[in-house]
Amino acid sequence: MIIGQIKDGIVLDHITAGNAMNIYDVLGLGKLDCTVALIKNADSSKMGKKDIIKIGTDLNIDFDVLGYLDPGITVNIIKDGVVAERKKLTLPERVVGVIKCKNPRCITSCEREIRHEFMLTDPEKKIYRCIYCEQQAK
Amino acid sequence: MKKLMNITDLTVEEIDELLAVAQDIIANPEKYQDACRHKLLATLFFEPSTRTRLSFESAMHRLGGSVVGFSDSNSSSSSKGESLADTIEVVGGYVDIIAMRHPKEGAPVVAARHADIPVINAGDGSHNHPTQTLADLLTILRTKKRLNNLTIGMCGDLKFGRTVHSLVAAMARYTGIKFVFIAPDELKFPRYIIEGELESRGIEYKEVSTMEEVMPELDVLYMTRVQQERFFNEADYLRLRDTYILTPDKLVPAKEDLTIMHPLPRINEISVAVDDDPRACYFAQTKNGMYARMALILKMLEVNV
Repeated sequence: MIIGQIKDGIVLDHITAGNAMNIYDVLGLGKLDCTVALIKNADSSKMGKKDIIKIGTDLNIDFDVLGYLDPGITVNIIKDGVVAERKKLTLPERVVGVIKCKNPRCITSCEREIRHEFMLTDPEKKIYRCIYCEQQAK
Repeated sequence: MKKLMNITDLTVEEIDELLAVAQDIIANPEKYQDACRHKLLATLFFEPSTRTRLSFESAMHRLGGSVVGFSDSNSSSSSKGESLADTIEVVGGYVDIIAMRHPKEGAPVVAARHADIPVINAGDGSHNHPTQTLADLLTILRTKKRLNNLTIGMCGDLKFGRTVHSLVAAMARYTGIKFVFIAPDELKFPRYIIEGELESRGIEYKEVSTMEEVMPELDVLYMTRVQQERFFNEADYLRLRDTYILTPDKLVPAKEDLTIMHPLPRINEISVAVDDDPRACYFAQTKNGMYARMALILKMLEVNV
């Protein structure tokens, strides 16, 4: 299968196979007017299988959110058809407005317009805890 | 210091310094009686807790300061639907320091984010209660004259008891501490705290199901209440209840200088007959709580005496 190169935009490479749809939804890519290509289960020498997303516009992406969803992703910023910048993602220290605290006893369950915020407490086990009640994110 | 949410917000050095100030307050109360003159503490108690609120208020009055506040959410504007953030923005403009009790976990974190003044967590649900831990540490220090090289027994509901969780987190940072957890299988100390606080630091601990088998080795015995609602059925509760009640008989093999503690309120887990035992420290513990809170208020208001 051949997917054309993009002139200006972003390529999210090395997405864990099967994770692209989730990232597509969380980044709200369905709302974009530009070309968006989602490639599932592409062959990868490193990963065996991987997903790729190509976005035909210079979108302002929250790399913390992306890093939380899939820290192995490589972000390629494309300008004039060439890779202008390449970023390796890592697990972010804080994730804001992505995960919801499920603890019914947490202040986030009743305080109006409070932003759900999680902090990385164990990078090895990828454990995030609510900054309010310290409940582990699930 | 802007906020105290959890006992681990304080370094060991800061805890030692606070406990030293508390002991100086006990020895020289007159030195501190005007230390917080013209300062105002707000006790914002969104759920009732008479003892903790009175302890904070007594602490502030004994420092020469004044107190405003409310003792349950019905008498605050939250009953009209005001957000916690808005309440704190308003109260923060009136007073110099806030002590807050709230039924929701993490509520003091919200308060601290919206206040330009110091905020003390006076208990948030079953989550944290750092000033109780300061009271506990001061009690151990005053009775044992040290916070290291101790064998600390904790008995009863170790699964849901926030006081024992915080005390383990605090004491685990001192040297030579051994923990003995005495609880039924249903109420054992949480695995994640054992892994995070003890096993990761190589701290010695053991888990047993009766206090008799470990009583002679304990320097401190911290009792907690075993509540019936924690059990799946009444038969299990009745079977285990008496196992976790401290009586004079069970204290016979204990050390002569054992420190018996309890965060109170006590229901029946320590027999009244134990009250006359000189090793019973649970009423002194509440008084120590007031002194620890005095030291904390001074620290947070940056008042040097």
